Amino acid sequence: MSAAPFVVIGAGQAGLQVCDSLRKLGYAGELVLIGAETSPPYQRPPLSKKFLAGDLEVERLYLRPDSFYAKLDVALHVGREVQRIDREHREIEFTDGHRLAYAKLALTTGARIRPLQCPGVERVDVFYVRTLDDGLRLRARLADVGHVTIVGGGFIGLEVAAMARSLGKEVVLLETLDRLMARAVSPTVSAYFADLHRAHGVELRLACAVRALHDSGSGKLQVSTDHGPDFETGLLVAGIGVVPNAELAIDAGLEGRDGIVVDVHARTADPDIVAAGDCTLHYNGYLARQARLESVQNAVDQAKVAAASMLGQADAYVQVPWFWSDQYDAKLQMAGIGMPFDDCVERGERAGGSFSLFYFRAGRLVGADSINRPVDHMACRKLLAQGTMVVPAEIAREDVDLMQLART
Amino acid sequence: MPKITYIDSNGISKTCEVANGLSVMEGAIQNGIDGILAICGGSCACSTCHSYIDEPWMTTVGPPDEIEASTLELAVDRRPNSRLSCQIVVTEALDGLVVRVADNDS
Repeated sequence: MSAAPFVVIGAGQAGLQVCDSLRKLGYAGELVLIGAETSPPYQRPPLSKKFLAGDLEVERLYLRPDSFYAKLDVALHVGREVQRIDREHREIEFTDGHRLAYAKLALTTGARIRPLQCPGVERVDVFYVRTLDDGLRLRARLADVGHVTIVGGGFIGLEVAAMARSLGKEVVLLETLDRLMARAVSPTVSAYFADLHRAHGVELRLACAVRALHDSGSGKLQVSTDHGPDFETGLLVAGIGVVPNAELAIDAGLEGRDGIVVDVHARTADPDIVAAGDCTLHYNGYLARQARLESVQNAVDQAKVAAASMLGQADAYVQVPWFWSDQYDAKLQMAGIGMPFDDCVERGERAGGSFSLFYFRAGRLVGADSINRPVDHMACRKLLAQGTMVVPAEIAREDVDLMQLART
Repeated sequence: MPKITYIDSNGISKTCEVANGLSVMEGAIQNGIDGILAICGGSCACSTCHSYIDEPWMTTVGPPDEIEASTLELAVDRRPNSRLSCQIVVTEALDGLVVRVADNDS
């Protein structure tokens, strides 16, 4: 009897990377990649960005062409959902009852949207941005309406707002907190983006929650908020965060809280099961603490470590986190995790729409947010990766070449 | 359709037809060229589609802009003819282009 395959559950960026890395590391055995969605692995970031403008073909989102899976001898099963992991027999069970044995298992199950909850929500059509189907549905609807309401002032909501404005839609954006992207950036950056969106004509209501939704007929809905007048809208998009898909692991007796708990090697407590990407609550070697990160960088870099662990190698996940967001002509790039910080210095010209904030904690550089300042962003990533000691006063000086500093 | 010759990091050469409007990176992904990872999907954020433009083509392809030049700082073994292939849009003018893929896997 031949050995059981290595099985990867979750055909997103992390799942694809696990397969790619396993082959690059020399694994020659059977390899199965299972996706619950019907598409092959695709890029999610464009779904809230240029994809909504309508001119990007679906095929251009695919991370790899069909031929890739044949070339790598990866059995890609899409549209198949796993309902249970039987750790005792080292088998997974699909929702249709079929079972598949595994020698090693990787969980790259990602995350799912957090649904909007408020009175009346079940009787109206709420749009989200997570899957390709979500993106297609939103793109089609967006073309038909004149007024768009967005719930949530995080990256997704703001990117959708920017795209909707560029398509000439009236846009109202509601955020329950008193500033935008509060989890990710500093108040200065939040304020900059609030001004930017207002300047582009978005009606921004901060510290404002949806109280109720009503179907007002003819495809429109009525939105009540906890302050300000009720209003009618053609389309409601919610971008209020995601929930990690940790249930498979938790139901199998593995530790899971806000994510599947893994160590710095992407290993769960079961020696045959690893996990990577948005679904993990991991010990992050760079941050030196547990974290759950939702990003392409985390999916790819942690997946590489997970693949190595499946082959018995103990690589550690120690990478500087980075993120990006595109809103209008502002390219926001984030390096490290700057929040919370106790000192902060600014470089560049805020008025000119090109500046960075560098964050320090206990005297150490911990991150930077850059708006149209790619050199600062890249320099910060290098400085952080190398652990270069820099002082705030030095960073603040425009005549100091940060890239030079990072090279030394 | 323009033809582009990719030489991967193992020295294996492959000439492919790439549609106008795609990036040189997308052409590489579609044709299964080893070494082009493009983990940011062409957003000029990661440098994992780093390639070297064959010298005779450098003028036609042109230099990187400021964003790309700074992103290239993350690339391993950057040279004067380094470009991020996601930032080069394929047109008829690039018919016959030769690019060497950098070692993006290391």
